[in-house]
Amino acid sequence: MSWGSLGEFLAMGGYALYVWGSYAVAAGLIVVEIAMLVARRRRALEGLGAGRAGAGSAP
Amino acid sequence: MSQPSLVIGNINWFKYASPQTFFPLAGAMIPWFGWAAAALAAAGLYVGFFVAPTDHQQGEAYRIIFIHVPAAWMSMFIYLVMAFWAGVGLAFNTRLSHMMAQALAPTGALMTFLALWTGALWGKPTWGTWWVWDARLTSELILLFLYLGFMALQAAIDEPRRADRAGALLALVGSVNVPIIYFSVQWWNTLHQGASVSLTAAPRMAATMLAGMLLMAFAFWFYSIAASLHRVRTIILERERGADWVKEYARGLR
Repeated sequence: MSWGSLGEFLAMGGYALYVWGSYAVAAGLIVVEIAMLVARRRRALEGLGAGRAGAGSAP
Repeated sequence: MSQPSLVIGNINWFKYASPQTFFPLAGAMIPWFGWAAAALAAAGLYVGFFVAPTDHQQGEAYRIIFIHVPAAWMSMFIYLVMAFWAGVGLAFNTRLSHMMAQALAPTGALMTFLALWTGALWGKPTWGTWWVWDARLTSELILLFLYLGFMALQAAIDEPRRADRAGALLALVGSVNVPIIYFSVQWWNTLHQGASVSLTAAPRMAATMLAGMLLMAFAFWFYSIAASLHRVRTIILERERGADWVKEYARGLR
């Protein structure tokens, strides 16, 4: 392992902006995609009258 | 509607081309691919940050590779899979193939954007610039526009069958760009380095670096499968909303 402390790990040898900028945007976009997938499925089911669990709205 | 049949080895493969048959199958596969992706990503990040050594030339900046290369691989691979399903849809007129192509595009666009973004963040400390118009970077940017163009074209045409065919044509024509991206570093003199990993030569990096990269590549691959299967199920619900089995499925969730 190449890290002596948490601070050293976070500093990434002076490249923190570039390394964490890459990982943060990757993680953020994946979270956004999953949220969009869930929202689109919910919209489709609401259009079919399924609604949210336990709250089925009549057409 | 009668279904066409393609019987090879006593299995009618067109059975799985029916959205109704595929829908529960896709639903059952999503958690497996999703959890496998999460486990592989955890292992890949551990190897990438705690096992792989510091690079003697690039210091810690090289650790961007664990996202950059998997995202770039997936951006090209997803495009080829999308073009494949688009071609199958054109050839056999199977609705599900077109839906599959449609479901892959947003995830492909995400991977392409990530490859470009992490590439810029890697280029700045190593090349001294965020962006350069060399063949590798420019053809990857064209790939992003192909994905976005495919999605915009699908969205712009109201009649689904016409949207399918127009999108499929764009996807197929655009697939010539993928070998251009891949071989650009050999065909032209690019600032971007050549391939670090190939099937014919020993990899030019430490074994633990390679292991971390491959774990992340499989994580991205399985994630892409899970996301695309989830999206294709929603597209089936949207486009087959008139079918009795879809109404029944929705009623079952109430």
